[in-house]
Amino acid sequence: MMEWGSWSAFWAMGGYGLYVWGSFAMTALAIAVEVVQLRQAGRQTLQQLKRLNKWESE
Amino acid sequence: MSINWYKYSAPATFYGLAGRLVPWFGGAAASLTVIGLYLSFFVAPTDFQQGEAYRVIFIHVPAAWMSMFIYLVMAAWAAVGLAFNTRLSFMMARALAPTGAMFTFVALWTGAFWGKPMWGAWWVWDARLTSELILLFLYVGIMALWAAIDDPRRGDKAGALLALIGAINVPIIYFSVKWWNTLHQGSSIKPSGTSMDEVMLAGMVVMAIAAWFYTIAVVFVRVRRIILERERHTEWVKHVLEGA
Repeated sequence: MMEWGSWSAFWAMGGYGLYVWGSFAMTALAIAVEVVQLRQAGRQTLQQLKRLNKWESE
Repeated sequence: MSINWYKYSAPATFYGLAGRLVPWFGGAAASLTVIGLYLSFFVAPTDFQQGEAYRVIFIHVPAAWMSMFIYLVMAAWAAVGLAFNTRLSFMMARALAPTGAMFTFVALWTGAFWGKPMWGAWWVWDARLTSELILLFLYVGIMALWAAIDDPRRGDKAGALLALIGAINVPIIYFSVKWWNTLHQGSSIKPSGTSMDEVMLAGMVVMAIAAWFYTIAVVFVRVRRIILERERHTEWVKHVLEGA
């Protein structure tokens, strides 16, 4: 097991905190951006297609 | 009981199947990520050389693997599309590209953040790093080509061709550490086995599988949206739209 001893030691990450957390944070951000963008695009497409189909059927 | 796989190559059937699978893959990805992160930080020991900095391996390596693997899957779908002229294949290729580009960016970013403390530089024109950067340009170039050509059918073929041509870059990335004298270390998992600590290896593999499930879930969501756009005039899409 990996004993950090304290939360501050955990965030310090043996002095490499900037690099380890900078990596994990950017990865989380990249995934979050992709998921949010995906949801928005989904909603937008549904609205667009409904409007297009209605407009064409009139 | 033989499964009629061709049934699922029809967009309408695939739309339903993919829709049912997305929550499962998404859930598996989330839970495996939690397990992987726990292994990465609370089980994996300190590295005798790199101290704690090596923990970036738990996302850098899975992201790099995914960046190469997704490109090959995209190129494969492009080839199937060009060979059989099946619309769904091109849609799958288009759905894969953004996630592949994201993992390539993450691999480059985490690599730089690992390289700075270990090599003293954010970036070097090393064979492995440079070929991975070219992979990012290929992804972006293919997506730009798809976006630029309005006619979907013509766009599919143009992007598919570029994807196929660019596929040569993936083996170059993979073998770059063997062919050239690179600053980037060689592969630590070889057919002959690995020198890695079991827990470190386990953490990396769990995160890689989580990345797989994540990719499948995201690509299925994206390809379902592309299917609706492309099959807009069909009855079944009109039915779906009324329901939505």
